[in-house]
Amino acid sequence: MSEKQAIWMRVHFKMQRDGFELDAAFSAPPVGVTALFGPSGSGKTTLLRCIAGLERTQGWLHVNGELWQDEKTFVPVHLRPLGYVFQEASLFPHLSVRANLEYGYKRIVPSERRVQLDQVVEWLGLSHLIERNDPAQLSGGERQRVAIGRALLTSPRILLMDEPLSALDTTSKQEILPYLERLHRELNIPVLYVSHALDEVARLADHLVLLEKGRVIASGALGETLARLDLPTAHFDDAGAVIEAEVARHDEAYHLTQLDFPGGSLWVGRVDQPFGTSVRARVLARDVSIATQAPEGSSINNILNARIEEIRDEGPDKVIVRMQVGESQMLLSRITRRSRDHLGLGEGMFVCAQVKSVALM
Amino acid sequence: MATLDPSDLQAVWLTLKLASVTTLLLLLIATPMAWWLAHSRRWYKGLVSAVVALPLVLPPTVLGFYLLLMMGPQGAVGELTRALNLGTLPFTFAGLVVGSVLFSLPFAVQPIQNAFESIGQRPLEVAATLRASAWDRFVSVALPLARPGFLTAIILAFAHTVGEFGVVLMLGGNIDGETRVLSVAIYSHVEAMEYGPAHLLAGGMVLFSFVVLLGLYLAGGKSWRVTR
Repeated sequence: MSEKQAIWMRVHFKMQRDGFELDAAFSAPPVGVTALFGPSGSGKTTLLRCIAGLERTQGWLHVNGELWQDEKTFVPVHLRPLGYVFQEASLFPHLSVRANLEYGYKRIVPSERRVQLDQVVEWLGLSHLIERNDPAQLSGGERQRVAIGRALLTSPRILLMDEPLSALDTTSKQEILPYLERLHRELNIPVLYVSHALDEVARLADHLVLLEKGRVIASGALGETLARLDLPTAHFDDAGAVIEAEVARHDEAYHLTQLDFPGGSLWVGRVDQPFGTSVRARVLARDVSIATQAPEGSSINNILNARIEEIRDEGPDKVIVRMQVGESQMLLSRITRRSRDHLGLGEGMFVCAQVKSVALM
Repeated sequence: MATLDPSDLQAVWLTLKLASVTTLLLLLIATPMAWWLAHSRRWYKGLVSAVVALPLVLPPTVLGFYLLLMMGPQGAVGELTRALNLGTLPFTFAGLVVGSVLFSLPFAVQPIQNAFESIGQRPLEVAATLRASAWDRFVSVALPLARPGFLTAIILAFAHTVGEFGVVLMLGGNIDGETRVLSVAIYSHVEAMEYGPAHLLAGGMVLFSFVVLLGLYLAGGKSWRVTR
């Protein structure tokens, strides 16, 4: 992901309603997934609905050089080339799965149909569902897949997703996530993804817009933003760094795979992917410990040379440390205040970061 | 063995015609009203609801009485219809239709309104994001989803018009072939002590009403919430 990307979408909305105030502005790049992330009540769903035109409030919105809303203009929802996936699948109960999928497809001019039914059925694994006439009887995960397909079939220029996984149980979530990742990779449609789950965001997003009480408190590339200690995300229990790496080699004897990233490499359990495949790994702050010199006789496989960039207190007993590995990769570590003082850790010090576990996304 | 004379058969035919025309007109009037009542947030929505529901509580004779005054030669509506060279409405079939439509309005509006309300905003929002215009959303999503409500409205409006007596009597009198509907025919037979034909017509009504209600429940009209 390049850090400097063309701005493709500019948003600014204001709303005052029942003690809730929204005053949110951000811009988003033309590729990848931009996550609108924040606690419930932070206004992320409202903001997404404003972008879709489902809520009408003061503000302006430019997408891809087109004006969708300003003081004088308001393009109605059905004329905006967007796809919207709601929290609940909201399939039309009076239509078959096929008719649901084709609802939007039929309503766009044939020359603009860039996504075809067969493709969507294949991508989302819908072939066994398409002839069903009882959409209400589908499982939660199946319904949401149909809803995603239905939105994609309008060949949208932007896909808006409002916590598409939050109404699902863990099993259905795991079932859908790979499809979302495939969409991300195979479809060249920018996505705005609303979520309050950090793990989901770390897995899917490329760009992060952080909301709090109706305001945007930060916006930027995922890796950089998650590593900023001045933001609440760094102080979540599951705070951590995201590493974009590629498969470098396999150790067949020990069933391990080496992942390379600019400035270092990590050993993880065998990944069944060819060399050069891009993978995203997440290293939680609580899984990283710090040593001032390379430890001997450690069972930990992954020890990275790092430089301490910043240390912040986190409650009475803990601190969080931001380190840089190589040119640009950030790593977070949560340690006790006592360890910091014992080791005499300070900004600018070179240390060894010991990574206990790496989660592949 | 009692038999029905031609004027009784004419009353049956007239009743069916009145009920059909009334139901058709009610669908045209009640659907937009129900849509507005289901979606509007205006302060006077309650006022409109109350006016629509008025025939539920008013004695039909009261409604008939005011309609008679309004549509008569001295009434506002009467003056208008006369100015338009339409004569006056009381004691005509058209007058009966106007009275029946007003009298049965809540029976058509309420089930349709309930059905629209139970659909909620979500399906319409989904349709909008799938490029459907407002009219398209109404036709392709709201109408099919509100089908049970329409079914209930049709059956109730039709049956209610068939059974109507007070408004007809006040407004239409008892003119053979023009305003003499079934319920009035039964009343006339009883007045004349002709219990045989009265039995036939009344029994037919009981059977008809039962079949209608049975159909309603079998069809599972979920928005059946009208109470009297």
